[in-house]
Amino acid sequence: MQNFQGVGVSPGRIVGPVRRMPKAVTEPPSGERLDAAITAEAAVAGLKTAAQSVHDGLKARADIATGDGKAVLEATALMAKDTMLLKQAAKLINAGTSAERAIWEAAASVAEMLHNLGGYMAERATDVLDVRSRIVAELRGVPAPGIPSSETPFILVAEDLAPADTATLDPAKVLALVTSGGGPQSHTAIIARSLGLPAVVAAHGVDEVADGSEVYVDGAAGFVAVAPSEEQRAAAAAWAETSATLAGFDGNGTTADGHLVPLLANVGGAKDAVAAAGLGAQGVGLFRTEFCFLERDTEPSVDEQAAAYKAVFDAFPGKKVVLRTLDAGADKPLPFLTDATEPNPALGVRGYRTDFTTPGVLERQLSAIARAASESEADVWVMAPMISTAAEAARFASLCAAAGLKTPGVMVEVPSAALTAASVLREVGFASLGTNDLTQYAMAADRQLGPLAELNTPWQPAVLRLVQLTVEGSALEGNNKPIGVCGEAAADPALAVVLAGLGVSTLSMTARSLAAVGTVLKTVTLEQAQELARLALSAPGATEAREWVRAKLPVLEELGL
Amino acid sequence: MPERTATIASRSGLHARPAALFAEAAGEQPVDVTIAMQGDPADDALDAASILSLMTLGAAQGDVVVLRAEGEGADQALDYLVQVLETDHDAG
Repeated sequence: MQNFQGVGVSPGRIVGPVRRMPKAVTEPPSGERLDAAITAEAAVAGLKTAAQSVHDGLKARADIATGDGKAVLEATALMAKDTMLLKQAAKLINAGTSAERAIWEAAASVAEMLHNLGGYMAERATDVLDVRSRIVAELRGVPAPGIPSSETPFILVAEDLAPADTATLDPAKVLALVTSGGGPQSHTAIIARSLGLPAVVAAHGVDEVADGSEVYVDGAAGFVAVAPSEEQRAAAAAWAETSATLAGFDGNGTTADGHLVPLLANVGGAKDAVAAAGLGAQGVGLFRTEFCFLERDTEPSVDEQAAAYKAVFDAFPGKKVVLRTLDAGADKPLPFLTDATEPNPALGVRGYRTDFTTPGVLERQLSAIARAASESEADVWVMAPMISTAAEAARFASLCAAAGLKTPGVMVEVPSAALTAASVLREVGFASLGTNDLTQYAMAADRQLGPLAELNTPWQPAVLRLVQLTVEGSALEGNNKPIGVCGEAAADPALAVVLAGLGVSTLSMTARSLAAVGTVLKTVTLEQAQELARLALSAPGATEAREWVRAKLPVLEELGL
Repeated sequence: MPERTATIASRSGLHARPAALFAEAAGEQPVDVTIAMQGDPADDALDAASILSLMTLGAAQGDVVVLRAEGEGADQALDYLVQVLETDHDAG
C-alpha cells in the first residue's frame, strides 16, 4: 500500500478513482522538419485524421453538454477541422515542415488574427490555441491536455492547477483535488475552498499514481492512500454523513451555552452574496468593494457603483452588511489610484491612505453607498481599510456622517490600531480585524512569500494578543462597541473557537466554511472557549498553539475538519 | 457561377452559435460554397464551411453577403444556405 503525505487545504474524506491531469503540451521546436520517411501527402492526411478525431471528441462532449457550454464546445469542435486552419498547415507541410509544427504555426497566426479583431473574436483566440494543443497531443499519441472528461466522478490528480482550469472544472464530476506541487496559498487551494472540495497539495510523488487507481483522500490531514483500507472506507462513509449534518446547519452562530456569535460571509459581489445567503450566512461581515473597480482604468460612476452595492444589499434584507471602502494598493493595484513604482507597496499608499493622494474617490464611493443603502433594506455598516491612528478614524467617521451613513467603523490590520484600540474606537462605531494583513504586519512577513509561510499564520500568539488588545480596547472605551473578525482566521473552526473565547463578537468568512465553524462552535461553552483562548495565548509558537487547541477539541477529528 | 445574396438575420451577427450552425450546414453541401461581403471582389471570397473564416468576415445583423457555388446541386445548396442565414438563430 502506498501513502502520500501533503498539506491538507480543504477538509473532507473521500474514496474514489484517480484521473490524472495530463501535462501541458509542449511547443514543437521551431524549424522542426518533416521526417524524410514520410511524404508530405501522408503527413497532411495524418493531420486531417488527427483533426477529425479531435473534432469527434469535442462534438461528443458538446452532445451531452447543456447551455452556454454546449455552444462553446460545438464551435470549438468545428475549429478542429476548420478548412482555413488545415489549409494553412498543409501549405507549411508541403514546404517541408513537420505536421506538429505546421498546425502549431497555422493556429498561432489564426489566433493572432482573431486577437487583433478584439472583443468576442479575441476571446475565441484561446479556443483556437486549445484546439491546437489537442491536435498536437493526438499526433503525438499522448492524452489531450486539460482536465480529463469522464462520465463518472473522479479524484483529480495534477501537478498544480492554473486559474484557467477553474472554468472547465465540473464540481459534479470532481470529488477531490490532489496535487504534487503548490502550497496552501496556491491556486488549487483557493479553487478547492471556494468549491468546497476536499484537497491536498504538495503531496510529492502523487502524480505517479496510475489512472483508475482507487485512493483515499483526507483533506484535513493532508493524507492520500492508494488501495484504501476498511478503516479508511469507513472514515469516508462517516464524512459523507458529517457533510449531511453540516448541510443541516441552521445558520445561527452560538456556543453550547447560548452565547451568540453571528456568523457572516465575506463577499465580493452580488453573485457571492446570493450564494452566501443560501448557505445560511447571518449577514455580510466583509463586502470587498474593490471587485467592482478591478481591471478598470478609470473610476466607475456613482450610479454604476450604487447599482453594484445595492445588488449585494438586496441579498440580505433586514440583515447586517459591512462594506469595506476601496482597498487598492499592494496586491490590488488600480491605475487611477495607486503608484505602481512604490518600492514597498505593502507599506505604501494603500487602503484608506489613497485618500491622501487622490482625494474625492472615497467621498464619491461613500455617496454611492449611501444612495444604495437608502434604496435597500439591509443594515449597512461601512469601514475603512488600513486605518493606523485615531485621527484617521475620526476623519473617516466625519466623511461617513457627511454622506449620511450612520455606522462608520475601521478595519484593524495595522498593529498600531490594535495597540491604540480604545482611542480609535472612541471615534467610530465598530472595528473588524483583518487577520491576514494584521499577521503580515505583526510578523513583518510578506503574505505572498512562500518561504515565510510559517510566520504568516494567525495562530501566531503575537497576532492573538493583538486581537485580545483590540477587544480590551473596546471594553476600555466603555461602550462595548462590537469587534468582528473578517480574515481567513475566522474560517478555521479551531481558531474560530479561540477568537470567540477572546471576546470577538462576530466571525466573517468564506461562505463555504460557515457550517463547519457553526457546528464546532456549538460544541463548546463560552467558558471553554475562553480557556482555549488562554491556552493559545500561552503557547510559545503558532504550531504549539494550534496543536494544543486542536487536542482539546476532539470534535475536529471526529468530523474530519 | 450561381450566386445568391442573403441578409444576416441573427442578432449577434455571423458570430458564435449562428456561425457554427452556418459553417456546419455549408460543410454538409455536395459543393464548395464561398461567402463574401456584398461589394467585395469574388476573389476575396472565403470558404463558407470554415468557422474561423466566418468569424474573421465579421458580418453583423443586417449586413448583406454573397454566396457562390458551382457544380451539380449548387442552386439547391445556395437556396438552403440563404435560408439558414436569414433565420434569427438568437431568437427564442
